[in-house]
Amino acid sequence: MKPFAYARPADVAEAVRSVAAEPGAVFLGGGTNLVDHLKLGVARPDLVVDVRTLTSREVLDLEDGGLRIGAAVTNSGLAADRRVRERYPVLAQALLSGATGQLRNQATTGGNPLQRTRCVYFSDVSTACNKRQPGSGCTAVGGSTRNHAILGTPGVLPDPTAPETCIATHPSDMAVALAALDAVVHVQGPAGERLVPFADLHRLPGEDPSRDTVLEHGELITAIDLPPMPPGARSAYRKVRDRASYAFALVSVAAVLPGDGGIRLALGGVAHRPWRARRAEEILRGAELTEHAVRAAMEAELVVAQPQPGVDGGNGFKIPLVSRTVVATVRDLALEARP
Amino acid sequence: MDAEISLTVDGVPRRLTVDTRTTLLDALRERLGNPSPKKGCDHGQCGACTVLLDGDRALSCLALAVAHDGAEITTADGLAHDGELHPVQQAFIDRDAFQCGYCTPGQICSAVGVLDEVRRGWPSSVTPDLGADPELSHAEVAERMSGNLCRCAAYVNIVPAVQQAGAAGGPAAGSAS
Repeated sequence: MKPFAYARPADVAEAVRSVAAEPGAVFLGGGTNLVDHLKLGVARPDLVVDVRTLTSREVLDLEDGGLRIGAAVTNSGLAADRRVRERYPVLAQALLSGATGQLRNQATTGGNPLQRTRCVYFSDVSTACNKRQPGSGCTAVGGSTRNHAILGTPGVLPDPTAPETCIATHPSDMAVALAALDAVVHVQGPAGERLVPFADLHRLPGEDPSRDTVLEHGELITAIDLPPMPPGARSAYRKVRDRASYAFALVSVAAVLPGDGGIRLALGGVAHRPWRARRAEEILRGAELTEHAVRAAMEAELVVAQPQPGVDGGNGFKIPLVSRTVVATVRDLALEARP
Repeated sequence: MDAEISLTVDGVPRRLTVDTRTTLLDALRERLGNPSPKKGCDHGQCGACTVLLDGDRALSCLALAVAHDGAEITTADGLAHDGELHPVQQAFIDRDAFQCGYCTPGQICSAVGVLDEVRRGWPSSVTPDLGADPELSHAEVAERMSGNLCRCAAYVNIVPAVQQAGAAGGPAAGSAS
């Protein structure tokens, strides 16, 4: 492991200043992803700035009926919170479907959304990867693509030598739920605080696959707000994976029925970021949520899908799988609503 | 780059100097001579390095020692009191819940954590009702212990051992939630 300096500043402002001033600096939260990347050589910082004890470990009630989650609240603490279990089941279910008990005790609210992709080529420093080493190319194209994206990619079998090619997915379950909940992220930067809608936090690869989020170097997540859920609102998270436990999603669905005739759908395991299915949401607004209607809306959503061929058979199976998973999730929520 | 830290390990305060790159696992094994937590995968995938970190089960291979200055750590080596085994340790012997034993210290620390989490009423992804207190069913134990791999596949006896220890420790659910 490359040597690095370690700092535990007195407060958030000092931490932000330290990282902003040093291009080779990173924040350390629970460390479950970063420490692994230090060992693998995927992350090679000069300075590690520990913020785990600097932000709030509490979940606070907001005046509007929502919740403010401190960035240092652990994934297990958040999933166990009675208010989250009762009012935001989609979030509790997403958290509990991710990782293991040990990891959830260590992982934080601020760190979880910033974990890196589990693309095996990203983790393997001997291979080309535009996300890890910009401009080096993409080994995933045509390789093992079972865990890769079908939406927001530069095409079917994009040019593996192009600097913008990346077909990685975002691995977080929690992030999919927060995208569907229209959560809001508090971000502290050198110039002060700004708010970022959670659904806009993560980006598509675009011209620069090395950037997972819209955060600038030195910006730190200090809290995440959940908007109030009206009485009668319902939500659920459903995850499909290769093992019954402790595996990343092949596909996952966070569905929120706020009770105003609308529906909010976020998909995991299909894109470089949690994918809000806005086209399907629009089609289903005010409609009766029959299986037929949901399936048709997902067909429209997935018209732009680009399944990736691969030596492992590729990931075309994700198109029907994610569609069926949405249908099943919404059906269960509709059944729940019946008296 | 070195840093001086304090840890309380199995009740004994220790001071040591560590490289900033040293994990809690390596600090325990290589610096403090406590070989109880095992280095299996060293990437957070197998659970052999599980310890209780400030009371909660955690993977010591993914924790930097320098980031846990002042922490209280309990390893499987520190669970027995006055020569009497912890109920989880006793249950693993009663139920023959291991074969080669390499994963066992991690399994035992994880199980101690699981029972505490269940007593606090924490749900898991297989808990049928998120609002209700969980019961120590086979499915609950299997799900909650999924971060601890056993290459001898002693799972068939590990699950009953955890259930036995849970029953021995009083009501399995709801007492502190």
